[in-house]
Amino acid sequence: MARKLLLEHINVPGINTFETYRSKGGYAAVEKALKSMSPDDVVEEVKKSGLRGRGGAGFPTGMKWSFLAKPEGVARYLVCNADESEPGTFKDRYLMTNIPHLLIEGMIVASFALGAKTSYIYVRGEMMPQIRILEKAIAEAKNAGFLGKNILGTGYDLELYVQPGGGAYICGEETALLESLEGKRGNPRIKPPFPAIAGLYGCPTVVNNVESIAAVVPIINEGGEEYAKIGIGRSTGTKLISAGGNVRKPGVYEIDLGLPVEEFLFSDEYCGGIANGKRLKAVVAGGSSVPILPANLFLKTINNEPRLMSYESLSDGGFVSGTMLGSGGFIAFDEDQCIVRNTWNFARFYHHESCGQCSPCREGTGWMEKVLHRLENGHGKMSDMDLLVDVSKKIEGNTICPLGDAAAWPVASAIRHFRDEFEWHVTNAAVATTRNYGLAHYADPLPKLETA
Amino acid sequence: MKVTIDGIPVEVEPGTTILNAARQIGGDIVPPAMCYYSKLKDSGGKCRTCLVKVSKGSEKDPRPMPKLVASCRTTVMDGMEVQNITSPEVIEARKGIVEILLLNHPLDCPVCDQAGECHLQDLAFEHGSAKTRYEFDRRTFEKIDIGDKIQLHMTRCILCYRCVFVADQITENRVHGILNRGDHSEISTYIQKAVDNDFSGNVIDVCPVGALTDKTFRFKNRVWFTKPVQAHCACDKCSGKVTLWYKGEEVIRVTARKDRNGEVEEFICNTCRFDRKKTSDWVIEGPAKIANTSVISANHYDFTPLPVIKTNLQLQQANENQFERDTRL
Repeated sequence: MARKLLLEHINVPGINTFETYRSKGGYAAVEKALKSMSPDDVVEEVKKSGLRGRGGAGFPTGMKWSFLAKPEGVARYLVCNADESEPGTFKDRYLMTNIPHLLIEGMIVASFALGAKTSYIYVRGEMMPQIRILEKAIAEAKNAGFLGKNILGTGYDLELYVQPGGGAYICGEETALLESLEGKRGNPRIKPPFPAIAGLYGCPTVVNNVESIAAVVPIINEGGEEYAKIGIGRSTGTKLISAGGNVRKPGVYEIDLGLPVEEFLFSDEYCGGIANGKRLKAVVAGGSSVPILPANLFLKTINNEPRLMSYESLSDGGFVSGTMLGSGGFIAFDEDQCIVRNTWNFARFYHHESCGQCSPCREGTGWMEKVLHRLENGHGKMSDMDLLVDVSKKIEGNTICPLGDAAAWPVASAIRHFRDEFEWHVTNAAVATTRNYGLAHYADPLPKLETA
Repeated sequence: MKVTIDGIPVEVEPGTTILNAARQIGGDIVPPAMCYYSKLKDSGGKCRTCLVKVSKGSEKDPRPMPKLVASCRTTVMDGMEVQNITSPEVIEARKGIVEILLLNHPLDCPVCDQAGECHLQDLAFEHGSAKTRYEFDRRTFEKIDIGDKIQLHMTRCILCYRCVFVADQITENRVHGILNRGDHSEISTYIQKAVDNDFSGNVIDVCPVGALTDKTFRFKNRVWFTKPVQAHCACDKCSGKVTLWYKGEEVIRVTARKDRNGEVEEFICNTCRFDRKKTSDWVIEGPAKIANTSVISANHYDFTPLPVIKTNLQLQQANENQFERDTRL
């Protein structure tokens, strides 16, 4: 069994209180960083660890930190993005509910590294219990002298605030989050300038995911090089995966990156296979916005190599036969699930959540949703599939923020891989409203590569 | 700084956007802009019609940019090479954007007061196809009166946010903004509060479509039957430089003067716009110049040669294609 770095003490009763967390070696990273390291050392350590942003894009965290502009006399901010709203992803909520002090500890170390005197945790509005838990944890930490003025007598001051959002998915985009945090309408900003130059209130700002910030704690405790030994290639460390859908044991699992997907999906340690003895049809590997893959292409890459849970292996094959690790929202579909219905459901979500600022996303998401709704309800046409692909191409890459891409990819990939199921919904419209297409050939072994 | 747009080099100040550099050259290579307004800070980047391809980032870093960029919000770098009408990718993307902008647009041009001077109409004429692939109900809204002189017809709106920036930057207190999100977004004054200040009428001039119209002019006449005349008066609130639109002897509309990019030269106050509708209120300067691409100048033969470089075959071809798009019907 692999070592857990983030969720090691998750099952200790009372780990959400300061005393228990401290007795399990908590806040050691704060002591180590503030007392024996300079801010640059901390950044260097995170760089060495190879930690990549856990929010979805996978941008190296250490690099992001080193891009932060440091003009004299201007405040710098660290903002934790806890606006987790991707369908299929629930790892941050789990972490904040059960072990809030890990996030607080990470925030203190990261703020110290960036020289931020005020830091914010922007939590999605629906997560009211988590907001209360975090506020309680902050009060406890402040009581114990880990927050506030002159932390641990080192002369470093830090105020940490929890800010509830309004519950909009778009506010998980970093610049929309900053707008929302400033009290404005949550519209993404046009980049450049990037937040590292002009972010919150026009000051240099770093926005990191909850899990990225929590991962700083083990990196400081054990050293960046130790952390980098876990994982494979450029995907270092451990990752929280929120397994959902038709798996036997849904939940949040901490895996070493590089774990074979087959082991993750079928071993009893993790998902435990597909529920009710059914067969796997399709998988969304990293939250709703990544391309969906049929079972055969998910378990094996196009070159017939086993796929691993890592940034590189999951994206092997690009958009033709690959997907992405994204934010780790793993959704498995069994043979009874309808891909058309699922695609419509995702499209409906993006239509609802589009901010309406730029035209391709505002109008295009609604159009895709309506066409998919028509297909699902048996009024589709054969030309609809090409229409959907065309509309998704018109949206992709032409929008201000990545929400447009996130709306286009699931639709484009579902049609790419499940075109016959879509066509079946048109040709057998009456049957399609009563039963599902079934597994068909989606789990068949991939054809052998022809070698010249 | 030197930047090359569709093979035409131009020297511009540092900090200029690609769009403004293209406007300095002029002609067909200027990307269309529905939301950008040079006189409004922070406008632009939303409609995506001005997308262009940057085939060379700069002299220092010659890598091309991975995606099409909004030319109104991207500043030029020294040695940048930009493709607009010479790139099939850009033309294709622009066609898609026009289709998308027209999805929820009612296409009620025959009864719309903006027809004839509508930017969306021009854009759709140039790039749109004759038929739409959209087969669903279009969103509709009730007409709202904002103040006694301005009517908002949200159904026609393309959410360019220009009027929001006007309300924010030109008028004294901001009274309207965007409500809701996605394709339910609407420009609103919130509980239909009247817009009441001296420069609110400018939202009519900046609106690229017929969503915000002048109630004193609604259904009075088609713009191509009216004659624009430049005039000025001594106004204590604004510069007093306006265009009067005559029908026979009668001034039926007053607007701000527009430059060749379709943007107002100077914002005018509501007194000039709504209340001074007699010839005796004004000092007439002479007929207003209207671009020869506009329907308003039909039968006015006035031609300025465009800068076409004879040696650039690709641009010549692109110009011919553009000409075909312009004169298709």
